[in-house]
Amino acid sequence: MEWVLFLTLALLAGAAALAMVLQRHPVYSALCLILTLFAQGGLYILLHAQLIAFVHIIVYAGAIMVLFLFVIMLLDLRPEEHPPLQFNRIGVVLGLVLAGALLAELALGVGPQINLGPRGPHDVETLRILGNTQEVARVLFRKYLIPFELTSLILLSAMVGALVLAKRRPE
Amino acid sequence: MVPLWAYLLLSGFLFIVGVVGVATRRNVLIIFMSIELMLNAVNLSFVAFSRFLHSLDGQVFVFFVMTVAAAEVAVGLAIIIALFRNVETVYVDELHLLKG
Repeated sequence: MEWVLFLTLALLAGAAALAMVLQRHPVYSALCLILTLFAQGGLYILLHAQLIAFVHIIVYAGAIMVLFLFVIMLLDLRPEEHPPLQFNRIGVVLGLVLAGALLAELALGVGPQINLGPRGPHDVETLRILGNTQEVARVLFRKYLIPFELTSLILLSAMVGALVLAKRRPE
Repeated sequence: MVPLWAYLLLSGFLFIVGVVGVATRRNVLIIFMSIELMLNAVNLSFVAFSRFLHSLDGQVFVFFVMTVAAAEVAVGLAIIIALFRNVETVYVDELHLLKG
């Protein structure tokens, strides 16, 4: 059952990601990316990370992709006249070699025989009793309190930066 | 149970698709979306490792990645709008402002 769900979501995510890169029109690309993000949210639920799954859907599909669609429609883009993905032969050969090297490294490094080392205290049963959200919050606000506070600086600087960049300069 | 390598394989595939998108597309918005896809591929392996290592640190890191991604999108889209206002194009091969 878990394999069926995983394969469905994984195929959906992979196919939508490929479609995103192959689409000519940016709006269709954005919609395909939203589909990938939803499938990925399903995978997070399959991994027993419920809080992350919903934060992911809300932040990415809800906020970031809406911003993307808003900008695409604001700029009123036409579909590209050139078909995407025009390759030359050297590029294809080089890319296949590099992709093969990466896959071989992945298979050697993180294949089925991978040794994960020591495990932490938060297995699925513990999380079911204590609650995923409570436990994530406990880690976030104790062990990672200072990094968490620092993210507010990132958001503030991003906000100021976006305002400064988007402001129309006086002639 | 679905093993770790299946998630890592999917994560690697999504990352490679993102790299191909960044390397081959001309539209700066689609390049930007491909960057988002790569960030998400990394998030997927974070959550998968968190699940299989019985540790929540990976999920906390996903929070931080999401924060950085949100900030990046806000600034990046502002840059794209400013760029479009100045040069009237979103195709990267028509941009050569930094050429001497």
